[in-house]
Amino acid sequence: MNDQPITEARSRRIAYRHRLPTRVWHWVNAITVIVMLMSGLMILNAHPRLYWGAYGANFDPAWLNLGPRPFPGWATIPSSYNLAAARSWHFAFAWVLVAGLVIFLSVSLWNRHLQRDLAPTEQEVKPSHIWDDIKAHARLDLPRGDAALHYNILQKISYVAVIFGLIPLMILTGLTMSPAIDAAWPWLLDLFGGRQSARSIHFLCAAAILLFIIVHLVMVLLAGPFNEIRSMITGRFRVPPERATE
Amino acid sequence: MISRRSFIAAGSAGLLAGCDRLNNSQAFRGVLRSAEGLTMRAQRLVMARDALAREYSEADMSPFFRSNGTSMPGTPDYARHLAENFANWTVTVDGLVARPLSIPIQALRSMPHRVQITRHDCVEGWSAIGKWHGVPLSKILDQARLSPRANYIVFHCADRFGDKPYYESIDLIDAFHPQTILAVGMNGHLLPVPNGAPVRLRVERQLGYKHAKYIQRIQAVESLAGVYGGKGGYWEDSTGYQWYAGI
Repeated sequence: MNDQPITEARSRRIAYRHRLPTRVWHWVNAITVIVMLMSGLMILNAHPRLYWGAYGANFDPAWLNLGPRPFPGWATIPSSYNLAAARSWHFAFAWVLVAGLVIFLSVSLWNRHLQRDLAPTEQEVKPSHIWDDIKAHARLDLPRGDAALHYNILQKISYVAVIFGLIPLMILTGLTMSPAIDAAWPWLLDLFGGRQSARSIHFLCAAAILLFIIVHLVMVLLAGPFNEIRSMITGRFRVPPERATE
Repeated sequence: MISRRSFIAAGSAGLLAGCDRLNNSQAFRGVLRSAEGLTMRAQRLVMARDALAREYSEADMSPFFRSNGTSMPGTPDYARHLAENFANWTVTVDGLVARPLSIPIQALRSMPHRVQITRHDCVEGWSAIGKWHGVPLSKILDQARLSPRANYIVFHCADRFGDKPYYESIDLIDAFHPQTILAVGMNGHLLPVPNGAPVRLRVERQLGYKHAKYIQRIQAVESLAGVYGGKGGYWEDSTGYQWYAGI
Protein backbone atom coordinates (compact mmCIF):
# COMPACT_ATOMS: atom_id res chain seq x y z
CA MET A 1 0.00 0.00 0.00
CA ASN A 2 2.94 2.32 0.57
CA ASP A 3 6.07 1.65 -1.40
CA GLN A 4 8.27 4.48 -0.20
CA PRO A 5 11.77 3.32 0.63
CA ILE A 6 12.55 2.89 4.29
CA THR A 7 14.26 6.05 5.37
CA GLU A 8 15.09 7.68 8.66
CA ALA A 9 12.43 10.31 7.95
CA ARG A 10 9.83 7.63 7.46
CA SER A 11 10.72 5.89 10.71
CA ARG A 12 9.69 9.05 12.54
CA ARG A 13 6.40 8.90 10.74
CA ILE A 14 3.32 9.72 12.81
CA ALA A 15 0.28 7.93 11.49
CA TYR A 16 -3.41 8.38 12.30
CA ARG A 17 -4.28 4.96 13.68
CA HIS A 18 -7.55 5.11 15.66
CA ARG A 19 -10.58 7.10 14.62
CA LEU A 20 -12.73 9.02 17.08
CA PRO A 21 -15.57 6.46 17.53
CA THR A 22 -13.03 3.74 18.34
CA ARG A 23 -11.21 5.95 20.83
CA VAL A 24 -14.39 7.16 22.57
CA TRP A 25 -15.76 3.63 22.85
CA HIS A 26 -12.42 2.30 24.08
CA TRP A 27 -12.33 4.65 27.08
CA VAL A 28 -16.06 4.57 27.86
CA ASN A 29 -15.91 0.80 27.72
CA ALA A 30 -12.70 0.62 29.78
CA ILE A 31 -14.41 2.49 32.64
CA THR A 32 -17.67 0.58 32.20
CA VAL A 33 -16.09 -2.87 32.12
CA ILE A 34 -13.92 -2.14 35.17
CA VAL A 35 -16.92 -0.83 37.13
CA MET A 36 -18.95 -3.87 36.09
CA LEU A 37 -16.18 -6.30 37.04
CA MET A 38 -15.66 -4.68 40.45
CA SER A 39 -19.35 -4.26 41.29
CA GLY A 40 -19.88 -7.79 39.95
CA LEU A 41 -17.33 -9.17 42.41
CA MET A 42 -19.24 -7.43 45.22
CA ILE A 43 -22.46 -9.07 44.01
CA LEU A 44 -20.67 -12.44 43.90
CA ASN A 45 -19.46 -11.79 47.47
CA ALA A 46 -23.12 -12.12 48.54
CA HIS A 47 -23.29 -15.75 47.44
CA PRO A 48 -19.86 -16.92 46.23
CA ARG A 49 -21.03 -20.33 45.02
CA LEU A 50 -21.75 -21.29 41.41
CA TYR A 51 -23.99 -24.05 40.09
CA TRP A 52 -25.14 -25.66 36.86
CA GLY A 53 -28.84 -25.99 36.05
CA ALA A 54 -32.03 -24.12 36.93
CA TYR A 55 -31.66 -23.98 40.71
CA GLY A 56 -28.74 -23.86 43.15
CA ALA A 57 -28.46 -22.79 46.77
CA ASN A 58 -26.44 -23.63 49.85
CA PHE A 59 -27.56 -27.25 50.10
CA ASP A 60 -27.03 -28.02 46.42
CA PRO A 61 -23.68 -29.11 44.93
CA ALA A 62 -21.66 -26.13 43.71
CA TRP A 63 -18.96 -26.48 41.03
CA LEU A 64 -17.18 -23.48 42.51
CA ASN A 65 -17.24 -22.47 46.16
CA LEU A 66 -15.05 -19.50 47.00
CA GLY A 67 -15.82 -19.36 50.72
CA PRO A 68 -17.39 -16.45 52.59
CA ARG A 69 -16.88 -12.93 51.12
CA PRO A 70 -13.85 -13.94 49.01
CA PHE A 71 -13.17 -10.64 47.25
CA PRO A 72 -11.29 -7.97 49.21
CA GLY A 73 -12.27 -4.29 49.33
CA TRP A 74 -9.68 -3.18 46.76
CA ALA A 75 -11.33 -5.42 44.15
CA THR A 76 -14.95 -4.38 44.72
CA ILE A 77 -17.28 -1.42 44.27
CA PRO A 78 -18.13 -0.19 46.84
CA SER A 79 -15.09 -1.22 48.86
CA SER A 80 -17.05 -2.34 51.93
CA TYR A 81 -19.81 -4.95 51.74
CA ASN A 82 -22.95 -3.42 50.23
CA LEU A 83 -24.94 -5.60 47.85
CA ALA A 84 -27.65 -2.97 47.25
CA ALA A 85 -25.14 -0.32 46.15
CA ALA A 86 -23.17 -2.79 44.01
CA ARG A 87 -26.41 -3.70 42.22
CA SER A 88 -27.16 -0.02 41.58
CA TRP A 89 -23.73 0.49 40.02
CA HIS A 90 -23.85 -2.76 38.05
CA PHE A 91 -27.27 -2.20 36.49
CA ALA A 92 -26.68 1.49 35.73
CA PHE A 93 -23.38 0.76 33.96
CA ALA A 94 -25.01 -2.20 32.19
CA TRP A 95 -26.99 0.38 30.21
CA VAL A 96 -23.73 2.12 29.25
CA LEU A 97 -22.26 -1.23 28.19
CA VAL A 98 -25.27 -2.10 26.02
CA ALA A 99 -25.66 1.38 24.52
CA GLY A 100 -21.91 1.66 23.89
CA LEU A 101 -21.77 -1.69 22.16
CA VAL A 102 -24.80 -0.97 19.96
CA ILE A 103 -23.53 2.49 18.96
CA PHE A 104 -19.95 1.28 18.37
CA LEU A 105 -21.13 -1.64 16.22
CA SER A 106 -23.48 0.57 14.20
CA VAL A 107 -20.85 3.25 13.59
CA SER A 108 -18.17 0.66 12.86
CA LEU A 109 -20.38 -1.07 10.34
CA TRP A 110 -21.17 2.26 8.73
CA ASN A 111 -17.57 3.56 8.59
CA ARG A 112 -16.38 0.07 7.62
CA HIS A 113 -14.07 -0.28 10.63
CA LEU A 114 -15.45 -3.79 11.17
CA GLN A 115 -15.09 -4.89 7.58
CA ARG A 116 -11.76 -3.20 6.93
CA ASP A 117 -9.86 -3.45 10.22
CA LEU A 118 -11.41 -6.24 12.31
CA ALA A 119 -12.52 -8.89 9.83
CA PRO A 120 -9.66 -11.36 9.22
CA THR A 121 -8.68 -11.78 5.58
CA GLU A 122 -8.63 -15.12 3.85
CA GLN A 123 -4.81 -15.11 3.93
CA GLU A 124 -4.74 -14.31 7.67
CA VAL A 125 -6.92 -17.24 8.75
CA LYS A 126 -4.61 -19.80 7.19
CA PRO A 127 -3.23 -21.97 10.01
CA SER A 128 0.34 -21.34 8.82
CA HIS A 129 -0.16 -17.56 9.12
CA ILE A 130 -1.75 -17.86 12.55
CA TRP A 131 1.11 -20.10 13.68
CA ASP A 132 3.69 -17.61 12.38
CA ASP A 133 1.95 -14.83 14.31
CA ILE A 134 1.90 -16.95 17.47
CA LYS A 135 5.63 -17.56 17.08
CA ALA A 136 6.29 -13.86 16.50
CA HIS A 137 4.30 -12.97 19.64
CA ALA A 138 6.18 -15.63 21.61
CA ARG A 139 9.47 -14.03 20.54
CA LEU A 140 7.94 -10.64 21.51
CA ASP A 141 8.69 -9.68 17.93
CA LEU A 142 5.95 -7.07 17.59
CA PRO A 143 4.89 -5.65 14.22
CA ARG A 144 6.88 -2.71 12.91
CA GLY A 145 6.45 -0.32 10.02
CA ASP A 146 3.18 -0.52 8.10
CA ALA A 147 2.33 -3.80 9.80
CA ALA A 148 2.01 -1.91 13.09
CA LEU A 149 -0.79 0.15 11.59
CA HIS A 150 -3.02 -2.89 11.19
CA TYR A 151 -4.31 -5.39 13.68
CA ASN A 152 -2.45 -8.67 13.43
CA ILE A 153 -4.44 -11.89 13.31
CA LEU A 154 -4.14 -12.65 17.05
CA GLN A 155 -5.36 -9.12 17.80
CA LYS A 156 -8.24 -9.53 15.39
CA ILE A 157 -9.22 -12.88 16.88
CA SER A 158 -9.16 -11.54 20.44
CA TYR A 159 -11.00 -8.28 19.64
CA VAL A 160 -13.65 -10.12 17.62
CA ALA A 161 -14.01 -12.71 20.42
CA VAL A 162 -14.56 -9.94 22.99
CA ILE A 163 -16.84 -7.73 20.88
CA PHE A 164 -18.96 -10.45 19.29
CA GLY A 165 -18.55 -13.22 21.85
CA LEU A 166 -17.82 -12.25 25.42
CA ILE A 167 -19.64 -8.91 25.73
CA PRO A 168 -22.89 -10.17 24.11
CA LEU A 169 -22.67 -13.32 26.26
CA MET A 170 -22.21 -11.19 29.38
CA ILE A 171 -25.29 -9.16 28.47
CA LEU A 172 -27.47 -12.17 27.63
CA THR A 173 -26.47 -14.24 30.66
CA GLY A 174 -26.95 -11.14 32.83
CA LEU A 175 -30.47 -10.73 31.46
CA THR A 176 -31.17 -14.43 32.10
CA MET A 177 -30.61 -13.81 35.81
CA SER A 178 -33.51 -11.32 35.80
CA PRO A 179 -36.78 -13.05 36.79
CA ALA A 180 -38.79 -10.48 34.83
CA ILE A 181 -36.76 -10.98 31.62
CA ASP A 182 -37.16 -14.75 32.07
CA ALA A 183 -40.93 -14.24 31.97
CA ALA A 184 -40.63 -12.04 28.87
CA TRP A 185 -38.02 -14.13 27.04
CA PRO A 186 -38.14 -17.67 28.45
CA TRP A 187 -35.98 -18.91 25.54
CA LEU A 188 -33.00 -17.41 27.37
CA LEU A 189 -33.41 -20.06 30.08
CA ASP A 190 -33.28 -22.79 27.43
CA LEU A 191 -30.35 -21.18 25.63
CA PHE A 192 -28.13 -21.23 28.72
CA GLY A 193 -29.57 -24.28 30.48
CA GLY A 194 -31.21 -22.50 33.41
CA ARG A 195 -30.67 -19.43 35.56
CA GLN A 196 -27.82 -20.85 37.63
CA SER A 197 -26.01 -22.05 34.51
CA ALA A 198 -26.40 -18.53 33.10
CA ARG A 199 -24.92 -17.16 36.33
CA SER A 200 -21.94 -19.53 36.00
CA ILE A 201 -21.40 -18.60 32.34
CA HIS A 202 -21.65 -14.91 33.33
CA PHE A 203 -18.81 -15.46 35.80
CA LEU A 204 -16.67 -17.44 33.33
CA CYS A 205 -17.08 -14.76 30.65
CA ALA A 206 -16.15 -12.09 33.22
CA ALA A 207 -13.01 -14.07 34.05
CA ALA A 208 -12.21 -14.30 30.33
CA ILE A 209 -12.67 -10.53 29.96
CA LEU A 210 -10.35 -9.97 32.93
CA LEU A 211 -7.77 -12.23 31.25
CA PHE A 212 -8.18 -10.23 28.03
CA ILE A 213 -7.60 -6.97 29.94
CA ILE A 214 -4.44 -8.33 31.57
CA VAL A 215 -2.98 -9.59 28.26
CA HIS A 216 -4.04 -6.35 26.55
CA LEU A 217 -2.23 -4.25 29.18
CA VAL A 218 0.88 -6.43 28.98
CA MET A 219 0.91 -5.98 25.19
CA VAL A 220 0.53 -2.21 25.60
CA LEU A 221 3.53 -2.19 27.95
CA LEU A 222 5.59 -4.32 25.54
CA ALA A 223 4.65 -2.24 22.50
CA GLY A 224 5.50 1.05 24.21
CA PRO A 225 2.89 2.39 26.61
CA PHE A 226 3.36 6.09 25.84
CA ASN A 227 2.92 5.68 22.11
CA GLU A 228 0.06 3.18 22.49
CA ILE A 229 -1.90 5.22 25.02
CA ARG A 230 -1.35 8.42 23.05
CA SER A 231 -2.67 6.71 19.92
CA MET A 232 -5.82 5.73 21.80
CA ILE A 233 -6.28 9.32 23.07
CA THR A 234 -5.30 11.47 20.08
CA GLY A 235 -5.42 8.79 17.40
CA ARG A 236 -1.80 9.55 16.44
CA PHE A 237 0.77 6.80 16.53
CA ARG A 238 4.52 6.94 15.99
CA VAL A 239 5.20 4.07 13.61
CA PRO A 240 8.04 1.86 14.85
CA PRO A 241 10.66 1.75 12.09
CA GLU A 242 11.26 -1.40 10.12
CA ARG A 243 14.36 -3.30 11.10
CA ALA A 244 17.25 -2.41 8.79
CA THR A 245 18.17 -6.05 8.24
CA GLU A 246 16.73 -7.41 5.05
CA MET B 1 11.00 9.15 41.90
CA ILE B 2 7.85 7.12 42.07
CA SER B 3 8.17 3.46 41.15
CA ARG B 4 5.72 2.01 38.68
CA ARG B 5 4.35 -0.31 41.35
CA SER B 6 3.63 2.45 43.84
CA PHE B 7 2.19 4.52 41.00
CA ILE B 8 -0.24 1.71 40.16
CA ALA B 9 -1.05 1.15 43.85
CA ALA B 10 -1.71 4.84 44.33
CA GLY B 11 -3.77 4.88 41.16
CA SER B 12 -6.00 2.00 42.19
CA ALA B 13 -6.37 3.38 45.72
CA GLY B 14 -7.39 6.69 44.17
CA LEU B 15 -9.85 4.93 41.87
CA LEU B 16 -11.42 3.08 44.79
CA ALA B 17 -11.58 6.15 46.99
CA GLY B 18 -13.16 7.95 44.05
CA CYS B 19 -15.77 5.22 43.61
CA ASP B 20 -16.56 5.21 47.32
CA ARG B 21 -16.85 9.00 47.30
CA LEU B 22 -19.19 8.78 44.29
CA ASN B 23 -21.12 6.07 46.07
CA ASN B 24 -21.70 8.44 48.99
CA SER B 25 -22.63 11.37 46.78
CA GLN B 26 -26.35 12.12 46.71
CA ALA B 27 -26.15 13.43 43.15
CA PHE B 28 -24.40 10.32 41.83
CA ARG B 29 -26.81 8.06 43.71
CA GLY B 30 -29.57 10.01 41.96
CA VAL B 31 -28.04 9.14 38.57
CA LEU B 32 -27.87 5.46 39.51
CA ARG B 33 -31.49 5.64 40.75
CA SER B 34 -32.68 7.05 37.45
CA ALA B 35 -31.13 4.01 35.74
CA GLU B 36 -33.33 1.83 37.98
CA GLY B 37 -36.44 3.60 36.68
CA LEU B 38 -35.18 3.05 33.14
CA THR B 39 -34.62 -0.65 33.87
CA MET B 40 -38.15 -1.07 35.21
CA ARG B 41 -39.76 0.75 32.30
CA ALA B 42 -37.67 -1.17 29.76
CA GLN B 43 -38.49 -4.53 31.37
CA ARG B 44 -42.19 -3.68 31.49
CA LEU B 45 -42.00 -2.62 27.84
CA VAL B 46 -40.61 -5.95 26.60
CA MET B 47 -42.71 -8.06 28.98
CA ALA B 48 -46.41 -8.64 28.34
CA ARG B 49 -48.47 -7.53 31.34
CA ASP B 50 -49.45 -11.11 32.12
CA ALA B 51 -46.29 -12.85 30.87
CA LEU B 52 -45.86 -15.86 33.12
CA ALA B 53 -42.74 -16.84 35.00
CA ARG B 54 -41.65 -20.32 33.94
CA GLU B 55 -43.47 -23.12 35.75
CA TYR B 56 -41.44 -26.27 36.34
CA SER B 57 -42.30 -29.94 36.85
CA GLU B 58 -41.97 -31.80 40.14
CA ALA B 59 -38.80 -33.41 38.83
CA ASP B 60 -37.18 -29.97 38.65
CA MET B 61 -37.79 -29.08 42.30
CA SER B 62 -34.94 -28.30 44.72
CA PRO B 63 -34.34 -31.23 47.08
CA PHE B 64 -34.16 -28.72 49.93
CA PHE B 65 -35.67 -25.25 49.73
CA ARG B 66 -33.63 -22.99 52.00
CA SER B 67 -35.23 -20.02 53.72
CA ASN B 68 -33.79 -16.55 54.07
CA GLY B 69 -34.38 -13.47 56.19
CA THR B 70 -36.52 -14.40 59.17
CA SER B 71 -36.83 -18.13 59.83
CA MET B 72 -38.81 -17.71 63.07
CA PRO B 73 -40.49 -14.44 64.02
CA GLY B 74 -39.49 -14.04 67.65
CA THR B 75 -42.46 -12.05 68.94
CA PRO B 76 -44.72 -13.29 71.76
CA ASP B 77 -47.68 -12.63 69.49
CA TYR B 78 -46.31 -14.95 66.80
CA ALA B 79 -45.41 -17.59 69.41
CA ARG B 80 -49.03 -17.56 70.57
CA HIS B 81 -50.32 -18.00 66.98
CA LEU B 82 -47.83 -20.81 66.43
CA ALA B 83 -48.98 -22.53 69.63
CA GLU B 84 -52.57 -22.23 68.38
CA ASN B 85 -51.57 -23.70 65.00
CA PHE B 86 -52.50 -20.30 63.51
CA ALA B 87 -56.21 -21.04 64.18
CA ASN B 88 -56.83 -17.37 65.01
CA TRP B 89 -54.61 -15.82 62.35
CA THR B 90 -56.42 -13.33 60.16
CA VAL B 91 -55.36 -11.25 57.22
CA THR B 92 -56.87 -7.78 57.15
CA VAL B 93 -57.37 -5.98 53.87
CA ASP B 94 -57.79 -2.24 54.28
CA GLY B 95 -56.69 1.15 52.99
CA LEU B 96 -58.13 2.30 49.69
CA VAL B 97 -60.81 -0.40 49.40
CA ALA B 98 -64.58 -0.04 49.38
CA ARG B 99 -65.05 -3.17 51.48
CA PRO B 100 -62.34 -3.80 54.09
CA LEU B 101 -61.92 -7.50 54.85
CA SER B 102 -60.72 -9.60 57.70
CA ILE B 103 -60.00 -13.05 56.31
CA PRO B 104 -59.46 -15.96 58.73
CA ILE B 105 -56.59 -18.21 57.67
CA GLN B 106 -59.07 -21.11 57.44
CA ALA B 107 -61.00 -19.21 54.78
CA LEU B 108 -57.82 -18.57 52.78
CA ARG B 109 -56.93 -22.24 53.04
CA SER B 110 -60.32 -23.35 51.77
CA MET B 111 -60.65 -20.94 48.84
CA PRO B 112 -59.81 -22.26 45.34
CA HIS B 113 -56.04 -22.41 44.93
CA ARG B 114 -53.61 -21.90 42.15
CA VAL B 115 -50.73 -24.38 42.32
CA GLN B 116 -47.45 -23.36 40.71
CA ILE B 117 -43.94 -24.79 40.69
CA THR B 118 -41.70 -21.78 40.28
CA ARG B 119 -38.14 -20.63 40.79
CA HIS B 120 -37.36 -18.38 43.72
CA ASP B 121 -34.41 -16.09 42.95
CA CYS B 122 -32.69 -14.44 45.89
CA VAL B 123 -31.07 -11.03 45.47
CA GLU B 124 -27.87 -12.72 46.70
CA GLY B 125 -27.79 -14.92 43.61
CA TRP B 126 -29.07 -18.36 44.61
CA SER B 127 -32.23 -20.00 43.26
CA ALA B 128 -34.56 -22.68 44.60
CA ILE B 129 -37.54 -24.30 42.91
CA GLY B 130 -40.62 -25.06 44.99
CA LYS B 131 -44.32 -25.73 44.68
CA TRP B 132 -46.71 -23.12 46.00
CA HIS B 133 -50.43 -23.39 46.75
CA GLY B 134 -52.38 -20.19 47.21
CA VAL B 135 -55.18 -17.79 46.46
CA PRO B 136 -54.66 -15.32 43.60
CA LEU B 137 -54.25 -11.89 45.14
CA SER B 138 -56.52 -10.49 42.43
CA LYS B 139 -59.44 -12.47 43.91
CA ILE B 140 -58.92 -10.88 47.31
CA LEU B 141 -58.51 -7.38 45.86
CA ASP B 142 -61.68 -7.83 43.78
CA GLN B 143 -63.61 -8.92 46.88
CA ALA B 144 -62.35 -5.87 48.74
CA ARG B 145 -63.24 -3.65 45.78
CA LEU B 146 -60.07 -1.67 45.26
CA SER B 147 -60.50 2.07 44.90
CA PRO B 148 -59.44 3.56 41.54
CA ARG B 149 -57.09 5.79 43.55
CA ALA B 150 -55.05 2.79 44.75
CA ASN B 151 -51.64 2.42 43.08
CA TYR B 152 -49.76 0.08 45.41
CA ILE B 153 -50.48 -2.90 47.62
CA VAL B 154 -48.51 -2.98 50.89
CA PHE B 155 -47.94 -6.20 52.83
CA HIS B 156 -47.41 -5.86 56.59
CA CYS B 157 -45.68 -8.83 58.18
CA ALA B 158 -45.40 -10.35 61.64
CA ASP B 159 -41.61 -10.62 61.60
CA ARG B 160 -39.36 -7.91 63.01
CA PHE B 161 -35.83 -6.85 62.16
CA GLY B 162 -34.66 -5.37 65.43
CA ASP B 163 -37.71 -3.32 66.38
CA LYS B 164 -38.75 -2.69 62.77
CA PRO B 165 -41.59 -4.66 61.18
CA TYR B 166 -40.95 -6.25 57.79
CA TYR B 167 -43.08 -4.94 54.99
CA GLU B 168 -43.07 -4.94 51.21
CA SER B 169 -45.09 -3.42 48.40
CA ILE B 170 -45.90 -4.07 44.74
CA ASP B 171 -47.77 -2.11 42.12
CA LEU B 172 -51.06 -3.14 40.51
CA ILE B 173 -49.39 -4.75 37.47
CA ASP B 174 -47.81 -7.34 39.74
CA ALA B 175 -50.75 -7.40 42.20
CA PHE B 176 -53.16 -8.52 39.47
CA HIS B 177 -50.68 -10.87 37.74
CA PRO B 178 -52.13 -14.41 37.54
CA GLN B 179 -49.15 -15.95 39.37
CA THR B 180 -49.26 -13.46 42.24
CA ILE B 181 -50.75 -15.52 45.05
CA LEU B 182 -51.12 -15.52 48.81
CA ALA B 183 -49.48 -18.89 49.39
CA VAL B 184 -50.73 -20.98 52.28
CA GLY B 185 -49.04 -24.22 51.20
CA MET B 186 -45.63 -25.29 49.96
CA ASN B 187 -44.53 -28.57 48.38
CA GLY B 188 -47.88 -30.20 49.20
CA HIS B 189 -47.98 -29.21 52.89
CA LEU B 190 -49.12 -26.24 54.94
CA LEU B 191 -46.55 -23.44 54.69
CA PRO B 192 -43.64 -24.14 57.10
CA VAL B 193 -42.56 -21.43 59.57
CA PRO B 194 -39.17 -20.63 57.91
CA ASN B 195 -40.98 -20.06 54.61
CA GLY B 196 -43.59 -17.68 56.05
CA ALA B 197 -46.33 -19.61 57.89
CA PRO B 198 -49.22 -19.28 57.73
CA VAL B 199 -49.35 -17.07 54.61
CA ARG B 200 -46.82 -15.41 52.33
CA LEU B 201 -46.76 -13.57 49.03
CA ARG B 202 -45.50 -15.07 45.79
CA VAL B 203 -44.71 -12.43 43.16
CA GLU B 204 -42.89 -14.56 40.66
CA ARG B 205 -41.33 -11.98 38.35
CA GLN B 206 -39.37 -10.32 41.17
CA LEU B 207 -36.59 -11.30 43.55
CA GLY B 208 -37.08 -13.03 46.89
CA TYR B 209 -37.19 -10.03 49.21
CA LYS B 210 -40.43 -8.87 47.57
CA HIS B 211 -42.12 -12.15 48.61
CA ALA B 212 -43.34 -10.96 52.02
CA LYS B 213 -43.78 -13.72 54.62
CA TYR B 214 -46.00 -13.93 57.76
CA ILE B 215 -48.59 -11.56 56.24
CA GLN B 216 -51.06 -9.98 58.67
CA ARG B 217 -52.30 -6.97 56.80
CA ILE B 218 -52.73 -5.99 53.16
CA GLN B 219 -53.12 -2.27 52.63
CA ALA B 220 -54.02 -0.47 49.41
CA VAL B 221 -52.39 2.95 49.11
CA GLU B 222 -52.12 5.74 46.59
CA SER B 223 -48.47 6.46 47.33
CA LEU B 224 -45.68 4.74 49.23
CA ALA B 225 -44.51 8.03 50.71
CA GLY B 226 -46.55 7.66 53.89
CA VAL B 227 -45.57 4.07 54.63
CA TYR B 228 -42.67 3.68 57.11
CA GLY B 229 -39.51 5.09 55.45
CA GLY B 230 -41.36 5.79 52.21
CA LYS B 231 -39.28 3.57 49.90
CA GLY B 232 -41.79 0.73 49.78
CA GLY B 233 -40.13 -2.01 51.80
CA TYR B 234 -38.01 -2.87 54.82
CA TRP B 235 -34.82 -3.48 52.81
CA GLU B 236 -35.52 -0.52 50.55
CA ASP B 237 -35.76 1.76 53.60
CA SER B 238 -32.94 0.26 55.63
CA THR B 239 -30.18 -0.53 53.12
CA GLY B 240 -31.22 0.99 49.82
CA TYR B 241 -32.34 -2.13 47.97
CA GLN B 242 -34.18 -1.41 44.74
CA TRP B 243 -37.97 -1.21 45.07
CA TYR B 244 -38.33 -2.79 41.63
CA ALA B 245 -36.70 -6.19 41.95
CA GLY B 246 -37.32 -7.62 38.48
CA ILE B 247 -33.56 -7.80 37.96
